[in-house]
Amino acid sequence: MDDRDRNAAHDRIARAFVSGVPQVAELGVTVARTAAGEVELCLPWRADLVGDPATGVIHGGAVFTLMDTASGAAVLAHPQVTGPTATLDLRIDYMRAASPHQTIRARAECHHVTRNVAFVRAVALDDDDSRPVATATGSFTLAGDVK
Amino acid sequence: MTARRRPEPVQVVKLRRDQALARLVSSVPYIGFLGMTFDRRGDELTAILPWRDGLTGNPALPALHGGVTAGFMESAAIVELTWSLHWAAMEAAAAAGDPVPEDLPPLPRTINFTMDYLRTGLPRDAYARARIARSGRRYASVHVEAWQDNRARPIAQASGHFLMPGRV
Repeated sequence: MDDRDRNAAHDRIARAFVSGVPQVAELGVTVARTAAGEVELCLPWRADLVGDPATGVIHGGAVFTLMDTASGAAVLAHPQVTGPTATLDLRIDYMRAASPHQTIRARAECHHVTRNVAFVRAVALDDDDSRPVATATGSFTLAGDVK
Repeated sequence: MTARRRPEPVQVVKLRRDQALARLVSSVPYIGFLGMTFDRRGDELTAILPWRDGLTGNPALPALHGGVTAGFMESAAIVELTWSLHWAAMEAAAAAGDPVPEDLPPLPRTINFTMDYLRTGLPRDAYARARIARSGRRYASVHVEAWQDNRARPIAQASGHFLMPGRV
C-alpha cells in the first residue's frame, strides 16, 4: 500500500466514522476535509441548537459534540491507528462566542500516539479564520494494535 | 412590632417555583433538542436525559455520544447556576413580602468545560447533578456528575468555569 492508498483508506475510515453516527447526522455535521491524522468537520447554524436565546449563539454542547467527533475521527485517520477509539477526556476553551447564522468548522489533529493513548488538539472557527471560537485538547483510548 | 405574616400556601409556592424552572428550561433551544427535563426537590435539581436513538454516538454498541453527555452536563451546570441566582431572588422577595421577580437572570457564558469519561454511556436514561463549587461576582466554578442505572457508578464527571452575567 503506497502513501496515497493509505491516505485514501484513512479518509474512508474517518468519513464512515462520521456518517454512520445518528447524533452527528441529527446535528447536520458534514466532513469538509481529511488527511493523515487530520479531520475538518462543519456544523451549520440552526435555531434549535441555540444555547442562549438572547444572543442566538450555538450551545456549547453542540460545539463539544462537533469537536469530540472531529477529534475521534482524527485519531482513526492517524496512519498508525488500527483499532477503535473512545474519548478519555476532552477540554474545550471558548475564546469568544461564535457568530450566529455562521457555520462552525472544527479542525482536529491527532498529533501523537502511544501504544494505548492518542493525543488530539482541535480548533473551532466560524467565517472569521483569524479569530478562533474555541480550542480543545483531549486524549483517546486505543484498543487495537498501533502500527 | 408587626405581626408575623402568614406563610404562603404550599401550592402557591410550588407553582411559582415550578413555573420559574419551566420558563428557564424551555428558554434554551438546545435543551429541547436533546430532550432534557429537570426534576426539582426544593432547590435541588436533577437533570434527566431520556434515551432516544438519535443520541447514539456508537451504533455498534450502541452507546450515548460523548458530545451528548457533555452537552447534557454543560446544560445541567448552566441551569443550576441560573436557577441558584433566581431561587435566591425569589426567596428574598417572598420573605420580604415584595412582588416575586418573574424575569430570569441572563444565562452565564461557558469559559471552559472539561469532560472526564469514566464509563460507556448505555442506551438508557441518564441523570446529572451539578454542584456549584464557587460562585463569585464574575466567575463561577461548577462540578457535574452524570450516571445511569447506578448512582455509585458515574459515566462521566465534568468541571467548568463560567462567566456570570450582569454582575460587575
